[in-house]
Amino acid sequence: MTGKGELLHPGKDLSVLLTSLFLCSPADCAIKAMMKHEQEESPNRPDNTAFTQQRLPAWQPILSAGIVIPGFVLIGLVFIGVGVGLFITSRDVQVLELDYTGAVATDPCYKCSDPNIKNCECTMEFHLDTLFKGPVFIYYGLTNYFQNQRKYGISRDDNQLYGDLDSFKSPASECSPYNYDGKNKSIVPCGSLANSMFNDTFRLYRMVNGSKKEVPLNGKGIAWWTDQNVKYRNPSGTPLINAFNGTVKPINWPKAAYELDTTDVYNNGFINQDFLVWMRRAALPDFRKLYRRITKDEYQAGLPAGNYSLEISYNYPVLSFKGKKKLVLSNVSWMGGKNDFLGIAYLVVGSLCVIMSIVMLIVYAKFKFPEED
Amino acid sequence: MFTDFLSFMVLFNFIIPVSMYVTVEMQKFLGSFFITWDKDFFDPEIKEGALVNTSDLNEELGQVEYIFTDKTGTLTQNNMEFIECCIDGFQYRHREDSSELDGVCVTDGPVNKVQQKAGTEREELFLRALCLCHTVQVKESTKNGRDQIDQIDQVDGLGADEEVLHPPQKERGFIASSPDEIALVQGAMRYGFTFLGLESKNMKILNRNKDVETYELLHVLNFDPVRRRMSVMVRSKTGDILLFCKGADSSIFPRVRQEEVERIRMHVERNATDGYRTLCVAYKHLSAEEYANADAGLREAKLALQDREEKLMDVYNQVETEMTLIGATAVEDQLQDEAAQTMEALQVAGMKVWVLTGDKMETAKSTCYACGLFKKNTELLELTLRTLEDGGRRREERLHDLLLEYHKKAVQDAPPAKLGITRSWSVASHGFGFIIDGASLSMVLSSSSESNSSLYKNLLLQICQNCTAVLCCRMAPLQKAQIVRLVKNSKGSPITLSIGDGANDVSMILEAHVGIGIKGKEGRQAVKNSDYAIPKLKHLKKLLLAHGHLYYVRIAHLVQYFFYKNLCFILPQFLYQFFCGFSQQPLYDAAYLTMYNICFTSMPILAYSLLEQHICIEVLLDNSTLYREIAKNAMLRWKLFLYWTALGLFHGLVFFFGVRFLFSNPALQDNGQVFGNWSYGTIVFTVLVFTVTLKLALVTRHWTWINHFVIWGSLAFYVFFSFFWGGIIWPFLRHQRLYFVFANMLSSVSAWLVIILLILLSLLPEILLVVLRKPRGPHARQMKRRLPSSGTSTIFMLSQTASTHSFSWSD
Repeated sequence: MTGKGELLHPGKDLSVLLTSLFLCSPADCAIKAMMKHEQEESPNRPDNTAFTQQRLPAWQPILSAGIVIPGFVLIGLVFIGVGVGLFITSRDVQVLELDYTGAVATDPCYKCSDPNIKNCECTMEFHLDTLFKGPVFIYYGLTNYFQNQRKYGISRDDNQLYGDLDSFKSPASECSPYNYDGKNKSIVPCGSLANSMFNDTFRLYRMVNGSKKEVPLNGKGIAWWTDQNVKYRNPSGTPLINAFNGTVKPINWPKAAYELDTTDVYNNGFINQDFLVWMRRAALPDFRKLYRRITKDEYQAGLPAGNYSLEISYNYPVLSFKGKKKLVLSNVSWMGGKNDFLGIAYLVVGSLCVIMSIVMLIVYAKFKFPEED
Repeated sequence: MFTDFLSFMVLFNFIIPVSMYVTVEMQKFLGSFFITWDKDFFDPEIKEGALVNTSDLNEELGQVEYIFTDKTGTLTQNNMEFIECCIDGFQYRHREDSSELDGVCVTDGPVNKVQQKAGTEREELFLRALCLCHTVQVKESTKNGRDQIDQIDQVDGLGADEEVLHPPQKERGFIASSPDEIALVQGAMRYGFTFLGLESKNMKILNRNKDVETYELLHVLNFDPVRRRMSVMVRSKTGDILLFCKGADSSIFPRVRQEEVERIRMHVERNATDGYRTLCVAYKHLSAEEYANADAGLREAKLALQDREEKLMDVYNQVETEMTLIGATAVEDQLQDEAAQTMEALQVAGMKVWVLTGDKMETAKSTCYACGLFKKNTELLELTLRTLEDGGRRREERLHDLLLEYHKKAVQDAPPAKLGITRSWSVASHGFGFIIDGASLSMVLSSSSESNSSLYKNLLLQICQNCTAVLCCRMAPLQKAQIVRLVKNSKGSPITLSIGDGANDVSMILEAHVGIGIKGKEGRQAVKNSDYAIPKLKHLKKLLLAHGHLYYVRIAHLVQYFFYKNLCFILPQFLYQFFCGFSQQPLYDAAYLTMYNICFTSMPILAYSLLEQHICIEVLLDNSTLYREIAKNAMLRWKLFLYWTALGLFHGLVFFFGVRFLFSNPALQDNGQVFGNWSYGTIVFTVLVFTVTLKLALVTRHWTWINHFVIWGSLAFYVFFSFFWGGIIWPFLRHQRLYFVFANMLSSVSAWLVIILLILLSLLPEILLVVLRKPRGPHARQMKRRLPSSGTSTIFMLSQTASTHSFSWSD
């Protein structure tokens, strides 16, 4: 009985074990079970699992020419298709840039470029040959303006801008030196970012039969929805001005935060969209920011061809840092504003894929990759 | 400004991959479990698997160039079997065809006096000596003694009628520090002298006439590897005081009367050539006066407070002189399982095996032949006392000449062997074998003049390095370590590995880069002092060829990948400084900076570095040559490092400038709104996380479910985290920089397009490289063999390894 048992190595021959288990008497079975137990009970024996034995089932992908070449052709064609689409889309986007820095004497705004002149107004005229398709977006652009400068960027107090009245009394130290004015009154909104808010304003007129007709500009929907509704909040209490008791406006501001748009409560104070647009820092020193949209009245379909006059209230000095200011009229596509880069990049990468697959095909045909031998 | 400098330090510190150390440590620690867990290392005899004492050396196992192995217990089983003895020059070989009670004596070979035997008196003296001169203890047979009983069974198995000879008395188990002694006691038992045990200083033996003889044990002059002999002093019933001594022939022959030596030397040498371990037995009658002197000396030396060892040694040397040689024994030490295959595999893998042993040259040489370290056509270069004393000149001169001669042979005239990978092992098969013994080695190393010494050292090293196998015999433990040190510090500082099982191997185990202990029969010292301990020599093959290879490849990729991923992480941030007036403005949000190495990209590489099998284990074991492909740190060389660095630079540039050109018009949403600097950073970061993860996916050759889980899981976690991080106004943050930045980014088609474009553009050269790189070497064929024939129609050629293995574990 035991002799028979010894022949059995559990796991070695499962079928033998099973047969004998079915055929043996209960006592026999008990002994065998015991022996089996004994054999496996060696406490040091490593677990025989797929993981511990590094034998987990595994997929072993091999990129071979036979797969990659068609794959590359496919990807290349898709990219070229997307690239063509992007290129055409970008080409169809109309853009009109008007530099109004006034750096040169011939510029209409040259007279305003002197920083000592206050409340300067200048006018630029331009002509549209064709319909400028709507909706038209008006951006202001600044160059050589490092809004992404680190210390400038952290010079703000998000608690203040969230409507926290404690921060109204004691602005965050990052705002320094724009946290308290000379009389030790706290500045709201504090910090250099807010203090340097862009404050040129524009009015657009269409010249119809020699008379000016103002084009209505829409100041809504230019900032991120979440910025206006969640991230920034006015302090509670109406009228808004009460919350600002004991505070002063930023030094460079012509008017206080609660006066930014007195016509609309939802566009006033910290949730004023011009303010929000400014507070979202630009990534690069040459940037543009959304100023207005033209969505109303007969201009919904766009700006018709004709002569236009742009009245600029020139307040923001840029020549001191060799910057430039411009106004950009643009319409947008599904991919945003005009951007030739994406379309060209897609075309280039797509063509590269196709060319490489052709090269690979030639190499493959010529040298017969080792898969074949 | 200094604060600016500090800010830049903070900004760019990620270029030093601190997290790499953590990951490497984790990889090493967790990875070493796979060695402990390996079922193939489990030895059912000792019921133990491999033991890992350090987790620091896993990858060194893949870089071994020199293996220093002990012979006894490592190459051989240390499972001794008494083969024959020689008494007074007459050979006694155990044969089953005799049933004479008075010892079986057959001589073979024409040189011997056929069918003659020594006088009964000498015979019995010899057997008594075997019975008395040892430190064996008797263990009464119990269940625990099964192993010993097995041994006895084995010994007795030679003769079926031995059961008759041995009255079915209590079966005996013996315990001894060295298995030789057990074999000798058992051998004596076979010839009718049974050692019954030691009771209160009295040794009892049962002689052939079934009488119990009692001897009073006076002193044991312990064995030590330097003296290479041991003795006992006993007082017989009759009051005679006898000294029995046994030891290596070299240590016995000078201490006995010379006329007896020649007869026995012949036997000893022949036995040694056959690969047996030989011991000579001598005795000496001590007069009462002599004994009194010795006794006093021994007692004094034992009580000495200073230099006890030396004093004892002195007394031992005084006592063990002018003895009478009675005979010699031959004990066979069987080779370990698969010793020859293992050695061959290791040699094919490009490793040089050196045998360092304390045994006689002949014994060791025959073991080397048996293991296949020396082949029939191997030309042996001997540098031993014998060759030095040949020519009759001064040893030093002869040494000089021999070294130069061998150097000329092995180094200068040798065909220009290209090192490492390219050299085929077929060339190695008719190479040179070098033999050196302890005495010659000490002459080489401690040559009189300083300049000679370094010259000899160099010559010796060059000769040894050009030989396929080197045998160092008659080595004292410290000499073994000396040899290891010599090689370790040689040019190119090769990685050395020592393997041994006994206390005398500890010094070389400690000296070598990797020390491996065999869980043998000579105690646990070697195991305790080793880096890895394995039950059997044969396990070394898998440990090096499979585990070592895989760990090396894994860690090499781990390290380079870490440098790469941190380079392309920080490069955009560096480039951004040129666009933000060098104001230390971080490109990425603080959370991304912190989490990049901790959460987003750490798990895939950790899983890769634990699970990757670019070549599966079976193939690695079948093709030892694959080990040569990673020899000499092949995967951490400048070329590869530069490749990874270039890749990191390329990716970093693509990430940054791709997004830079996109942001030439930041109005990227279809509602005309613009993106700010945090959107810029988030787009770059998204491309970055996806690219480095997919790059790893391209490198991964072995996709287990864990790899799938962590790779796709990391990406999913990144997306989830970004939503989460940007989805809440966090009260503890001073600046809500990322609020809805990620979600807004995803609402822009342009952002999607640029992310896809940049990822693909970054990986494009990589895919090309993978395809155009021709698979080379045997594993390419292997990999191909495993491919399904229909594989060409799928995107990836897929093969499932598991199916072929799932049933192979059980046998």
